[in-house]
Amino acid sequence: MDQAVVAQDIKRSDLLKMYSYLRLTRSVEDRITALYRQGRIVGGVYTSHGMEAIAVGYASALNPDDVIAPFHRDMGAFLIRGFSPGEVIAQYLGKQTGPTRGKDGNVHMGDLKRGVIGFVSHLADNMPVAAGAALAFKIRGEARVAFAGTGDGGTSRGDFHEAMNFAAVRKLPVVFFCTNNQYAYSTPVRYQMAITDVVERAKAYGMPGEIVDGNDVAAVYLASRRAISKARAGEGPTFLEFKTMRMHGHSEHDAATYVPRELLEEWKIKDPILRAERLLMHLGYGDESYFHEVGERAKKEVEAGTEFAEQSPLPEGRETLVGVFATEDEVQP
Amino acid sequence: MTTATAVQETETTYVDAISQALDEEMSRDERVFLMGEDIGAYGGAFKVTQGFLKKYGEWRVLDTPISESGFVGAAIGAAMMGLRPVVEMQFADFISCAFDQITEVAAKNHYRWGAAVPLVIRAPFGGGVHGGPFHSECPEGWFFHSPGLKIVAPSTPYDAKGLLKAAIRDPNPVLYFEHKFLYRRIKAVLPQEEYIVPIGKAEVKRPGKDISLITYGAMVHLALEAAEVLHQEGIDLEVVDLRTLIPLDKDTIYASVRKTSKAIVLHEDNKTGGIGAEISALLTEDCFDCLDGPILRIAPPDTPVPFSTPLEEFFLPKVSDIIAGARKLAAY
Repeated sequence: MDQAVVAQDIKRSDLLKMYSYLRLTRSVEDRITALYRQGRIVGGVYTSHGMEAIAVGYASALNPDDVIAPFHRDMGAFLIRGFSPGEVIAQYLGKQTGPTRGKDGNVHMGDLKRGVIGFVSHLADNMPVAAGAALAFKIRGEARVAFAGTGDGGTSRGDFHEAMNFAAVRKLPVVFFCTNNQYAYSTPVRYQMAITDVVERAKAYGMPGEIVDGNDVAAVYLASRRAISKARAGEGPTFLEFKTMRMHGHSEHDAATYVPRELLEEWKIKDPILRAERLLMHLGYGDESYFHEVGERAKKEVEAGTEFAEQSPLPEGRETLVGVFATEDEVQP
Repeated sequence: MTTATAVQETETTYVDAISQALDEEMSRDERVFLMGEDIGAYGGAFKVTQGFLKKYGEWRVLDTPISESGFVGAAIGAAMMGLRPVVEMQFADFISCAFDQITEVAAKNHYRWGAAVPLVIRAPFGGGVHGGPFHSECPEGWFFHSPGLKIVAPSTPYDAKGLLKAAIRDPNPVLYFEHKFLYRRIKAVLPQEEYIVPIGKAEVKRPGKDISLITYGAMVHLALEAAEVLHQEGIDLEVVDLRTLIPLDKDTIYASVRKTSKAIVLHEDNKTGGIGAEISALLTEDCFDCLDGPILRIAPPDTPVPFSTPLEEFFLPKVSDIIAGARKLAAY
């Protein structure tokens, strides 16, 4: 990202805040990965390692009353929406204090009060759902926006296409994104689609699209902000393709030996945290000691969160039976 | 009420009862809106929403692309934001396209992360209309097995109206199976005043002492017809109309079977792994001590719904099937 543009278009405090969330995201997920390796987390662990700039960038560009339907590698969006590291780690440990009280695991969390729609493993299922949230905003004449995405693999599902089409037809205030991290589990993009850029898909729906450097938090933030403003102004949906690389396996059990090592080496130097630090240094917003201080703060927060999660109780077996149906007072006003 | 005023009262068809419920709920609550294929200017394939576009405008009567998964997903999103969407499947058969959104998203959201999804999906179902394999299905069995959904299937204009109003006011996803064979074939005088038929309550449509016949939807009328014939033979059939499939009104079912000691379950959905199998298993588990004979299931064979008249007639349960079943059971 052009530094002059960044200096002019992004407030220093916003950029510094994004940097701190990049560090917090990395710390939370590093801790979760460590807990998994120690055998203390059962089930899947899907991280955003090396892709943190995407969720941090877009979630920073939204208003608090906008709604997010995150991809499963969007930890930063949860943290920005106020899910504490303690709650998040409790979720991974299946504790009662996690956002789903043990009903679901890992990044499958949501909370309407914090404007986050819970992730569904069936990729792209939440894209029509987000379009529907945007439809509600439009029907009620509210200046709110929905922001939803999936991975490169998820864009082959029907729900992706049905959502794109419906949102475009009705000019809904929604922004769709694709985290193109080049692999759907083990399958590279070339075996998923006959196009190189996922953004091509938007054309079929008469929807404007943009390719964005997904490892540059400033670029993600500015592209998201543009698309969000358009949606809020009633100019309809936009599709953003965030180009990045999945640096870990699909889940932490997966060594990803199918990914060429050279490709990982190539992307390692594009690490979003290193990129953000270089940017902040060039702009004179931060130096090594500042970065160290932010990192230490994140570590401490994660430390406290881990302690909270570990001390939290597990749910009782019989809580299985609670919550199949909702009561009237739980409906959103 | 005098005879003179009763004569002046107009009868309402099953399909008009559905329209009335939608109209009343949309007038009462501005959060209620409709989505579906051809429901706007065209008024819907069965004209349930005729005139609604003009009355409520295009943002409360939304014509959608042919995109069942997409618009059910959108309805889920709108419901979570506090609206009350009522989605129309043009035919219940097409609900298979939205299966994933219904069973994985709508049904699980509250359980997983506490998000209420007050959504109604109307699905015109059932055969007897020469619709063939893609316009005659009874897909309720697929969803009967999916926790988190409520399922209703009215058999009369009164219930059609009252259950739809209850469904719209329910904070959960409700699948509303309306039998298209009944649309214009049955009529009734409906109360002038507003009423609701609560979800989860079965109704004894005809009391009897010998055999309980448990059924729902269009089959209720077949059962009542058979009961008349059997009455002449001295077999007294009690007809229980489930009205709601989930949550199942076990109290009413069990009370009836404890009285008669014999049970037949009748449905139009095919036999294997169906709702009849579940009710039969429940009765075996919970009412075994009172049973005087086997629990019979009367249901179509395990084939798609065929098109040609003799094939469809063969496929659908008939009054004669019920009579034969009742005679067999009466012998125990």
